[in-house]
Amino acid sequence: MSLTTDDVNQIAYLARLGIDHQDTSSYTQNLSDMLELVAQMQAVNTENIEPMAHPLDNIQRLRPDIITETNQRDAFQTIAPQVEDKLYLVPKVID
Amino acid sequence: MQWETVIGLEIHAQLATNTKIFSGASTAYGAEPNTQACAVDLGLPGVLPVLNQEVVRMAVKFGMAIEAEVADTSVFARKNYFYPDLPKGYQISQMDHPIVGLGHLDIEVAGETKRVGVTRAHLEEDAGKSLHENFADSTGIDLNRAGTPLLEIVSEPDMRSAKEAVAYMRKIHELVQYLDICDGNMQEGSFRCDVNISLRPQGQTEYGTRAELKNINSFKFVEKAIYGEVERQKEILEAGGSIVQETRLYDADKDETRSMRSKEEANDYRYFPDPDLLPVYISPELRAAVKADLPELPDTKKQRFIQDYHLDNETAYKLASSKELANYFETVVKQSNCEAKLCSNWVTVELLGALNKSNLSIQESPIAAPRFAELLKRIADETISGKIAKQVFEFMWNSADSADDIIEKQGLKQITDSGAIEAIIDKIIADNPAQVEQYLSGKDKVFGFFVGQTMKQSQGKANPAEVNKILKAKLKR
Amino acid sequence: MHTKTLTEISRGLQAGDYSSQELTESYLKRIKQHTALNSFITVTEDLAIAQAKQADAMLAAGNAPVLTGVPIAHKDIFCTQGIKTSCGSKMLDNFIAPYNATVIEKFNQAGAISLGKLNMDEFAMGSSNETSFYGTVHNPWAENTVAGGSSGGSAAAVAARLISGATGTDTGGSIRQPAALCGITGLKPTYGRVSRFGMIAYASSLDQGGTMTQTAADSALMLQTMAGFDTKDSTSAEQDVPDYSANLNNSLQGLKIGLPKEFFDDSLNAEMATAIETAINEYKKMGAEIIEVSMPNLKLAIPAYYVIAPAECSANLSRMDGVRFGHRCDNPEDLNDLYIRSRGEGFGTEVKRRILVGTYALSAGYYDAYYIKAQKIRRLISNDFTEALKTVDVIMGPVTPTPAFGIGEKTKDPIEMYLADIYTIAVNLAGLPAMSVPAGFIDNKPIGLQIIGNYFDEAKLLNVAHQYQQVTDWHQQTPQGFE
Repeated sequence: MSLTTDDVNQIAYLARLGIDHQDTSSYTQNLSDMLELVAQMQAVNTENIEPMAHPLDNIQRLRPDIITETNQRDAFQTIAPQVEDKLYLVPKVID
Repeated sequence: MQWETVIGLEIHAQLATNTKIFSGASTAYGAEPNTQACAVDLGLPGVLPVLNQEVVRMAVKFGMAIEAEVADTSVFARKNYFYPDLPKGYQISQMDHPIVGLGHLDIEVAGETKRVGVTRAHLEEDAGKSLHENFADSTGIDLNRAGTPLLEIVSEPDMRSAKEAVAYMRKIHELVQYLDICDGNMQEGSFRCDVNISLRPQGQTEYGTRAELKNINSFKFVEKAIYGEVERQKEILEAGGSIVQETRLYDADKDETRSMRSKEEANDYRYFPDPDLLPVYISPELRAAVKADLPELPDTKKQRFIQDYHLDNETAYKLASSKELANYFETVVKQSNCEAKLCSNWVTVELLGALNKSNLSIQESPIAAPRFAELLKRIADETISGKIAKQVFEFMWNSADSADDIIEKQGLKQITDSGAIEAIIDKIIADNPAQVEQYLSGKDKVFGFFVGQTMKQSQGKANPAEVNKILKAKLKR
Repeated sequence: MHTKTLTEISRGLQAGDYSSQELTESYLKRIKQHTALNSFITVTEDLAIAQAKQADAMLAAGNAPVLTGVPIAHKDIFCTQGIKTSCGSKMLDNFIAPYNATVIEKFNQAGAISLGKLNMDEFAMGSSNETSFYGTVHNPWAENTVAGGSSGGSAAAVAARLISGATGTDTGGSIRQPAALCGITGLKPTYGRVSRFGMIAYASSLDQGGTMTQTAADSALMLQTMAGFDTKDSTSAEQDVPDYSANLNNSLQGLKIGLPKEFFDDSLNAEMATAIETAINEYKKMGAEIIEVSMPNLKLAIPAYYVIAPAECSANLSRMDGVRFGHRCDNPEDLNDLYIRSRGEGFGTEVKRRILVGTYALSAGYYDAYYIKAQKIRRLISNDFTEALKTVDVIMGPVTPTPAFGIGEKTKDPIEMYLADIYTIAVNLAGLPAMSVPAGFIDNKPIGLQIIGNYFDEAKLLNVAHQYQQVTDWHQQTPQGFE
């Protein structure tokens, strides 16, 4: 399965991942190689096999609806890149 | 060309739990920014989600109330996209295996009943809030709301008019409050509605291209937005153009919809089962417990009110529309032992009138049902007349006194003693010879004058029936 | 002191032969001497000494838990409150974790001393510790040689005797492989045995935290503290924790060992085959029975893993966006610029590769062919293991195709690097526990024997490993210059 640099640029945008122009073709090659590697999966018939999302056959545990978290805003915002008036700041978004 | 409007609604109801769907942080409304966003809500590196059991219970309850299939096993999936109010860069939602499957709801429009299908209802987490007004070049993010549980209720595209859409929306709004799973507060954003709307030539079975109208927070605006959108689409189609499948925002000030810039790019959400969460299993025990906990639903209650209390459709509808109001009414009926008609009149007219004026809900009524019942008892046993009762009601509204105490203190007891009434009437007849003559000469209207004077002289306390009887006897032509 | 095992140190401390402070200071000195290995990202000297003093007080008072005062260190993937937690990445270079991972809490409660945070491949993606933002980790056994990855720092530090034990994590072999290449004992527990809360996620359904120590007995002590149900982790198993040290000395008479024929085919390097055969002979001498088993879908483990892990990681890393923590680019023009440049600058090449592949595998039109297909193959592989383990107690085989390779040797072709995971990766897909124990040398570089057990059968694994370590001394070898 071969990808083009356009494909890679599209995928990179979906993932909001900056790639240097000069690296695009090497990423394209890497990705194409990886896809070739995983294409080996098609060799086996898996028609009636159930996909396995988790190694253990367990069900989701439920937790009681009780407040356990206290306000730790200051501790959390100390490590934030940009905070003003206790809000996290990003460049203005226009809807 | 005759156009048919096809409408489907996606309603997001915030579930009224104490904590978030996947963390133990509070969901209380109105907190200071970012004081209710814990590490899990913030999506810090290394944190993990754990599911709130109350959220599951509430979803199951809803499913049972709309007679839908409640899945034995449902799965949470990640919906991947980037937006600053979505901390993890994905929303935990449900895709292929929602907790509630196909169900239905009956709506009433212009006296006709119509069944609207509900395709599914699933659980997901709410995002935070983006504040665009506070800063010149920046948007501020408050993540208190991030992680609040939502039940997304998706209807079949069964509605054909704005009225039907609003009726459905109202029905769901009533139901979620009835079930105590959502407070329905649209101002605070606990109940939000997206409208999917398309047009097609009458008779065509294929659906037209639809537009999605987002985040409309009132019944009135939903109706307006739909009218506006139908006009907009009609204009385009009749000019030979085609509808762009897009998301539009309703602007209440301008009463129009506009395209959402940020949503213009097609979004590939890359859904896949969330590996941090395991399949949710609904056990037979849980089903039985929730089923036992289901309240009598509005439609059933309305029918029962019509049947058992012989109320008319409109009154029954009004009383059954709120569980608290219905309970109030029934408590009053039981405790007063009065005719249902008297009770329903007094509750829907006097009580609701006063509550609306003071902007209070039935739960906040200064007169509790038992105290109110006492008032009605005194009307029924003729201790006071209906008119005097209104005065007593006002005193009761502004105090904690019982009806009896007020009647006693204010001396409002109805005068039924024929002797006493006779004495008053005799005086009035004696004092008003001119009117007596007018009446006796045939002017029927003047009778009212005597009734009025008698009521005035007795401070409204004379029993009207007795007054009539005695006056008629004394003014015999 | 530094050549003592964790078990010996614990005994020594309990007996009062030396103090934790003495020990800690001695290790800290050694760490400073051997910075060329580049095994540490952060050394928490003051904190360690403070912890040691506290531990000494507890030891003096008596009844102190067995790990009290024992100096260890943690892979920099575990969140440590108030301490930089970088995950080997520029993206988190400025991240001071505001909370402790459950594993860290448990070790704190147990009285262990943490000397710092250990180097690792960026976001646990790599098999040579060459992708770290903080530079390559050097194998103490040979010049210019990789320590393995992603827990390279942990492996090198234990091998060089800079600490008595370390935590690591294993998603496709990241504990076992560096342990083998550095000549130490590594244990990846059953999926769900150790809490993942606070353990920065790479591939959520594959990641497990585990131990890296000199011996199996040491591993048992560390696992005892790490294992256990955690309410904060939905994937944590509600399984009782046995006494992992209790059965170390059980006899291996009658032990059934399965050898997958797919592990021992023509592609297995001849020298490695010999070394593994020699190791297995020791087991025969102890009375074990060797049985050939077949796992027909084993070859598909690598393709399946390289869809599932990147897919899960592509979503797990989306939260690194420069908004609430971590690296943020300068002067973002708009929202997209903020995301694209912060993530572009913060992530290294290998991480970007995997995010791209994962994003692609999940995208519209490819989900069934890639992601779902991979999950189906995962079930086939898991079934293969379950079948095999019906007839045998443990499965054995190599850990790596070769001993440690040269720094820079495999970085040109990522695929070549991926293919070296052939022996370890299937285990993570199935969620089974597995160990790597030192089993010899090739070209004067250590190699390991892999032991794979049944679900939650770590006690047996440790027993099987421990007995081997009673009749061999590979695990006692120290690299030249580090004796």
